[in-house]
Amino acid sequence: MTSTSARAVGSPLARLEGPAKVSGAARYAAEYPQDHLAYGWIVASPVARGRLDAVLTDPAEEDVLAVLWHGNAPELEKPDDPELAVLQSDEIRYRGQPLALVIATSIEAARRAAQAVQLEITAEDHDVELRADHPDRYTPETVVPDAPATSDTGDVDAALAGAPVTIDVVYETPALHNNPMEPHATIARWDGQDLILYDSNQHPSGIAETVGAIFGLPAERVHVVTEHVGGGFGSKGSARPNAVLAALGSLVTGRPVQIALPRQAMFSMVGHRAPTVQRIRVGATRDGILTAIDHQTCTQSSRLFEFVESASVVTREVYPVPNLRTGHQVVRLDMPTPRWMRAPGEAPGMVGLECALDELAAELGVDPVELRVRNSPENPRYVECLRSGAERFGWSERDRRTDGEWLIGFGMAGATYPAQAMPSTARVRALGNDEYEVAIAAADLGTGARTILTQIAADELGVPVEQIHIRIGNSTLPQASVAGGSSGSASWGWAVTGACRELRAAGGSTEEATFDTTALVQQQKEGRHASGAHFAEVRVSTVTGEVRVSRLFGMFDGGRILNPRTARSQFLGGMIMGMGMALHEEGVLDPAQGTWVNHDLAEYHIPTHADVEWIDAAWLDAPESDLNPMGSKGIGEIGIVGSPAAILNAIWHATGVRIRSLPARLDKLLPALPSPR
Amino acid sequence: MKTFAYRTATGLADGLEPGAVFLAGGTNLVDLMKLGVATPDVLVDVNKLPMSEVGELPGGGVRIGSSVRNSDLAADQRVRTAYPVLSQALLAGASGQLRNMATTGGNLLQRTRCRYFMDATMPCNKHRPGSGCPARDGDHRNLAILGGSPACVATHPSDMAVALAALDAVVQLDGPTGQRSVPVTELYRLPGDTPDRDTVLEHGELITAVDLPALPFATRSAYRKARDRASYAFAVGSVAAAIDIQDGLVSDVRLAFGAVAPKPWRAFAAEAALRGQPATREHFMAAADVELRDARPLRDNAYKLPLIRNLTVSVLEGLAGEVTR
Amino acid sequence: MRLTVNGAQHHLVGLDPRTTLLDALRERLHLTGAKNGCDHGQCGACTVLLDGRRVNSCLILAITQQDAEITTVEGLGHKGEPHPVQQGFLDHDGFQCGYCTPGQICSAVGMLDEVGKGWPSAATSDGDDLLSDAEIRERMSGNLCRCAAYPNMVPAIRQAAGR
Repeated sequence: MTSTSARAVGSPLARLEGPAKVSGAARYAAEYPQDHLAYGWIVASPVARGRLDAVLTDPAEEDVLAVLWHGNAPELEKPDDPELAVLQSDEIRYRGQPLALVIATSIEAARRAAQAVQLEITAEDHDVELRADHPDRYTPETVVPDAPATSDTGDVDAALAGAPVTIDVVYETPALHNNPMEPHATIARWDGQDLILYDSNQHPSGIAETVGAIFGLPAERVHVVTEHVGGGFGSKGSARPNAVLAALGSLVTGRPVQIALPRQAMFSMVGHRAPTVQRIRVGATRDGILTAIDHQTCTQSSRLFEFVESASVVTREVYPVPNLRTGHQVVRLDMPTPRWMRAPGEAPGMVGLECALDELAAELGVDPVELRVRNSPENPRYVECLRSGAERFGWSERDRRTDGEWLIGFGMAGATYPAQAMPSTARVRALGNDEYEVAIAAADLGTGARTILTQIAADELGVPVEQIHIRIGNSTLPQASVAGGSSGSASWGWAVTGACRELRAAGGSTEEATFDTTALVQQQKEGRHASGAHFAEVRVSTVTGEVRVSRLFGMFDGGRILNPRTARSQFLGGMIMGMGMALHEEGVLDPAQGTWVNHDLAEYHIPTHADVEWIDAAWLDAPESDLNPMGSKGIGEIGIVGSPAAILNAIWHATGVRIRSLPARLDKLLPALPSPR
Repeated sequence: MKTFAYRTATGLADGLEPGAVFLAGGTNLVDLMKLGVATPDVLVDVNKLPMSEVGELPGGGVRIGSSVRNSDLAADQRVRTAYPVLSQALLAGASGQLRNMATTGGNLLQRTRCRYFMDATMPCNKHRPGSGCPARDGDHRNLAILGGSPACVATHPSDMAVALAALDAVVQLDGPTGQRSVPVTELYRLPGDTPDRDTVLEHGELITAVDLPALPFATRSAYRKARDRASYAFAVGSVAAAIDIQDGLVSDVRLAFGAVAPKPWRAFAAEAALRGQPATREHFMAAADVELRDARPLRDNAYKLPLIRNLTVSVLEGLAGEVTR
Repeated sequence: MRLTVNGAQHHLVGLDPRTTLLDALRERLHLTGAKNGCDHGQCGACTVLLDGRRVNSCLILAITQQDAEITTVEGLGHKGEPHPVQQGFLDHDGFQCGYCTPGQICSAVGMLDEVGKGWPSAATSDGDDLLSDAEIRERMSGNLCRCAAYPNMVPAIRQAAGR
């Protein structure tokens, strides 16, 4: 309880699972050998709207064990998430929806049989195109996670009308796809009345509860094994159809069933970041003090489920503005349901806000860093990120110039992300010889959670990290919150801290302590944020319109940084995903076909090695001690917040061209650029 | 993937039964088979045939065996010295892994990356004749501005083939009706109303080698590719060029465009316009415009016009600079 | 049907000719180091060494490789000692989720061999250092990493090359 000389926390301890990951020994969901394993392949809808009348199978297909569809699949309990009611009705709500499941004795047979299945479908006209003037748009009650859809303080219209300087712009962000390197995968096996799921997800406790409910089982009868997860970025935060279908397939065939989604399915049934159309109006005084902001977002969801990307919410949180109106509208389309993707709301919202502020700075002739500092009177950590980041990057020496065919420019943008924790429970057990087992159903998706929790426990128990035996990634361990919302370390670390302190307080009278943070978390400080500032140097070819990011630097306040080695990696990873958002990524919609047509990794571009040149991150490392026992704020998402805007602003600085519809690809830039030399 | 019979080709005289196709590097064929777009009944593996050497042709020039892997060809010292445009084009394509697998013949015969062609659930006149072409009204940002037809506006994706077209390479074929030679510029068919056939190859004909004729001025040749990210992406526009300049005038030139047409687009008109003209930026630009005069861009791919013009000027200026240096 | 993997010969009975090398390794031999990230040669997670050369095992039919020496990530290093590339990734935090990592490592091993043979890349100009940062990035671009651990892989690979 009195451990103040932290030895492990704050040290750059290497990832504990590193040796297993570099040797190939680390096991991901679809890598647990099973006797008599069968393979499932999902038959996806080729139309966006209609009814499935029948599924005809070719009896000549060999090695097929079952073909399930709503005409023959067992009835499931109605789930809260309608997308998990798989094979339960004839309704087709989006192209790519699971309509049937083929189970066969080999991958090859399952895939072929799925391709050969004949679907009898009554197709209906579909509507898949988001327009800000769509007649069916409406204002929802809440936006994700559970913020009010609208806000209105002061008199925005009057303030805008009276403002000496105003900006009125529309920024558009496209559909973005999480695309973790490991597609969603499940092996399901029934063991008597218990269901074993080897599943790739961000929330073993939640998956057990959700899938259990669908099969009429209490959560403790579902054993979810999630030892290693090949990334998630939000898409694995809740159970996806693969988990339910694998369990269903196993129930019907009596064999363990493995479903590893093909990459193409990662663009439909696992969620995505919804496209947004954002209109931002800003009013300011001549010296750059913000007097009014109106940020209105129009976005889309599916017919099945209302999920509203909360892009305007961030504007309530960064700069204090006396007259502020924010709102969201949503259109329900015949498209897949959008879901969580790294910094939902903040990532697209800060494109609109921080690019609009860059346009304001240009209009005023004020340094963009200075503009933000002037409008952050009560946010010293943000100001320090701006000032310190600018200094480390060499912002004041920025020099717009031409180098041969290349136009070189500089841009920056701010970043923010809520600091939050969710209820979790941890258990610590003394094993003797000053060794301890720490157990919590957390998931490590590459965040470093396993390592950090070990560091926290080591310090709390006053032993070297080698004497801590950490167990995570299994729903049979004490219940943990989702690895999402940048809340993992805070939530789980809090529970681990509590359990360790209880054990120590017991002074040897017990060998085990369990700690549930529910009551504490309910009293946590609201409205606190991690913050940051991004700085970019780009070059744009006047020959091709190609953009290269020569330098990208992020300065962050993440409270106490628990492990600088894994933290730096997370910051950089977020920044690079932001680069992809700025330059590469877009789900390309074909309205007639009712789908995104670039549904693989050759056509949906994410950054490669060659796209990442000089990049670095630094941080304040200043604990916010009243937030949680570690004084930490989550850092998994803030890297992608603001980095796209910094790059877009740099492109403008280099070329004079404002790209207001992401991504900034060469076909948009080239026609607007001056002729080479 | 449909079931198929597999056998290893032991000689060129084997012939090919109906429904059979040759398997070389597999980087495109296996991909399309998984997608259900290619559905061969028999795979005839040609990797054991003796076609994996790069040799010299009598009278100059180089013969590239059909099975020579892209990475080996790009690293070949003769190619790097005498035909740098070819090495550069190869290295601009795909990835280190794919170049280790892909063969010279297979690269030429790879099929379009049109997003509708690559999805068996979509209409596409190329993979299902008569089903229609959604690309004209749908996604065509990276499809053809030259040589397309109402039935198909697919582009050929190869980088290597663009360099080979510029170099007047000749494809050696062997098949049931004997051997023949076809220039790379005549290997591909324009889609017209039968876009399902990409090339003039007859069933059972196998590419055994690709000949590069002697072209002394090709020591000054180059390839430049624009794409949507810095590496590991198909071209959205590319230019292969070689130029010979005497006394400031273009005495000879080879020019080909990639990612603009159903085939690597040899810019014969531009070449004719340039010969005898001063090797200047203005003339390079004018020559590109001559070639692009017949371009028919669609709603979202008109950017390829300035892109190809700029790339042409950039590559030719670079080469002209090398000559005068 | 036989496969020689990491020096050991395996006989696979009843293997479907459609089986890719990747699926044969993962589903039949339970060598799950090679990963299935895209199944179409678009991500590099399945990279293995075929007679020493790096390839995408997802686009290779197993039946075509009965005479080849296949090396997977499990076959790198020896006697519990990590291969220098594996050690480099450990020392420089060259991964996060780890799913692309075996492919990155096999690719880097193959790439260093290519550099040793003097092979050029798209980043090569005459007289360049074939292992400059720009060269490493270009040569490794066939391996995607969504966590984007790229900046840490460059020094990891340079360390393994003894630079």
